[in-house]
Amino acid sequence: MDRILTYTEALHEAADQEMARDSSVIVMGQGVDDFRGIYGTTKGLVDKFGPARVFDTPLSEEAVTGIGVGAALAGLRPIQTHIRMDFMLLAMNQIVNIAAKSSSMYGGQVHVPIVIRAVIGRSWGQGAQHSQGLHSLFMHVPGLRVVAPTIPYDAKGLLIQSIRDDNPVIFVEHRMLHSQKGHVPAESYTIPFGKARVLAQGKDVTLVGISHMALECQRAGVCLGEVGVEAEVIDPVSLSPLDMETITASVRKTGRLVVVDSAWTCCGASAEIITRVGEELDGGFRFRRLGFAPVVCPTTKPLENLFYPDVARISKAAYVLVRGNDGWQPGHLPSPEIVQFKGPF
Amino acid sequence: MTLDERLYRSLYRIRRVEEEIVRVYPEDKIISPVHLSIGQEAISVAACEALDKSDVVFGSYRCHALYLAKGGDLRKMIAELYGKATGCAKGKAGSMHLIDVSAGVMGASAVVATTIPQAVGYAYALKLRGSKAIVVSFFGDGAAEEGVFHESLNFAALKQVPIVFICENNYLAIHSLLGVRHSWKSVCDLATVYGIPAERCEDMDVHDIHGKVSQAAEEIRAGRSGPRFFECRCYRWKEHVGPGEDFEAGYRTRAEADPWIANDPMRRLGEKLAASVKQRIDADVEAEIRDAFEFAERSPFPESTELYTDLFHV
Repeated sequence: MDRILTYTEALHEAADQEMARDSSVIVMGQGVDDFRGIYGTTKGLVDKFGPARVFDTPLSEEAVTGIGVGAALAGLRPIQTHIRMDFMLLAMNQIVNIAAKSSSMYGGQVHVPIVIRAVIGRSWGQGAQHSQGLHSLFMHVPGLRVVAPTIPYDAKGLLIQSIRDDNPVIFVEHRMLHSQKGHVPAESYTIPFGKARVLAQGKDVTLVGISHMALECQRAGVCLGEVGVEAEVIDPVSLSPLDMETITASVRKTGRLVVVDSAWTCCGASAEIITRVGEELDGGFRFRRLGFAPVVCPTTKPLENLFYPDVARISKAAYVLVRGNDGWQPGHLPSPEIVQFKGPF
Repeated sequence: MTLDERLYRSLYRIRRVEEEIVRVYPEDKIISPVHLSIGQEAISVAACEALDKSDVVFGSYRCHALYLAKGGDLRKMIAELYGKATGCAKGKAGSMHLIDVSAGVMGASAVVATTIPQAVGYAYALKLRGSKAIVVSFFGDGAAEEGVFHESLNFAALKQVPIVFICENNYLAIHSLLGVRHSWKSVCDLATVYGIPAERCEDMDVHDIHGKVSQAAEEIRAGRSGPRFFECRCYRWKEHVGPGEDFEAGYRTRAEADPWIANDPMRRLGEKLAASVKQRIDADVEAEIRDAFEFAERSPFPESTELYTDLFHV
């Protein structure tokens, strides 16, 4: 436990190591080679690998994605970036109609080894069009892998895995996770798709937290522990494929499941996880979902605070499943990364 | 074979394949939409004659002519239309998504303009790798209206990738005429605004198209040219989708089609050849086509398990 990197540094290291190892890896997207370098994740790569392999792109999300697909068909391995997942909506045609379908539709004659990195979630009053978590849209489409690592260790390993994989991967990063620190080995390594991480063990209730919500669920677990409720906290890490074996085993033990997503709940990842557990266990467990309020995200701070799930609301939802609504109110613990985050970027 | 013999053979072969598809379609053996190339074949034939095997083409759902002109396997094409396991995509693609990577025919797409940026990306990769191969992107007049067309041409010109864009202008987007869709006068203007040299080829003139594309390809390979753009006008003889004609539908007339049909490059080229040469070519082609359809007939459908294969490349 010696080498501590931030999530940002972990992503940078993954790309750096893979680009050194494999000349077919390229990085493309708006601002990948500027002085900010996608929140630091691509900073300086252009100096090391040259502008033919690391390049800025015009504001043409559909074409840029199609260009990435075409380059992938020709044997390159593009890492494409979207500084906000909201902008991916302009590229849905290429992602859903082409990238997801090519291997299958063309009878296995081609494959599309493209990684599309996209940033989701709360920052600093980012507002309705700079905060969405639309990962469930991509989970819905066969032919796409969707991953959402929470800790720096997983971020590096999964990005390397995604780059090496021969299929399209939607790589979901929450803005609040970029500053998180954790142990990251210096050598190259991969994390397999579809393997969840159990962050804390407990017998009373299972908390599944997606992306940044895994951290919030960890904190909720501590809160619950103080009143004698033991929460098992799981970070799914991969969203498609999902590690249902780990999640279902936990719910079989606890009989209670709370899923917290950095997204709306309607037709979302939380609905999918609960349904799959239900199919496996044939019902017989209690459950709740938490996510964004089912409205459009406002920029003003007091309303923004109500829009996103927080540790207090997560703790309360889990507590009620275990002890019923006896009036317990968890104290509000502001999450440090949310408090410390300063915009505007 | 001389150039004219090769051009004629390719034109006759594609025309006869399309006509055979028309003939068997009512038998419901092809249970999928077909967008026939009849009337437009000359563009693919002339352009592909100018290309090497290692060059790569991207097209649209109206892809039969391009697939065959570039060297796609005929047996696999008909088997694909029949939905058989021996098809070019194991029956999963159908007429609108033909592919033959070994011949440089990349997968066709049913969504208009979708393969244009892919063609540009492929060309970018070729340039990065220092390859001498080029990409040709085929699309129709409707595609030039899509935003992604403009985005793609901008990027291609910025990066000076080795690509030739060919617009097959048949004046129609299904049943919508040019006048209700275009505020511009010439599709070539849409390319020159991005700094891409653009030219209109002589209507249905295989030698002019072949000459222009050959010249462009040579200049691109030699590093003396960036992207190039050609407009080739044509006329779709059949309905948008399906084997029939639709001159009675009201949006166009048979009189409009007549000059194009009278000017059919296949017929004109055939008349230039010696009768014995033409007969030999025709007979070879008929035999090849008969074999391909018989191959499709006797091929099996895919197994049920095939539904779940190839979702991901392992």
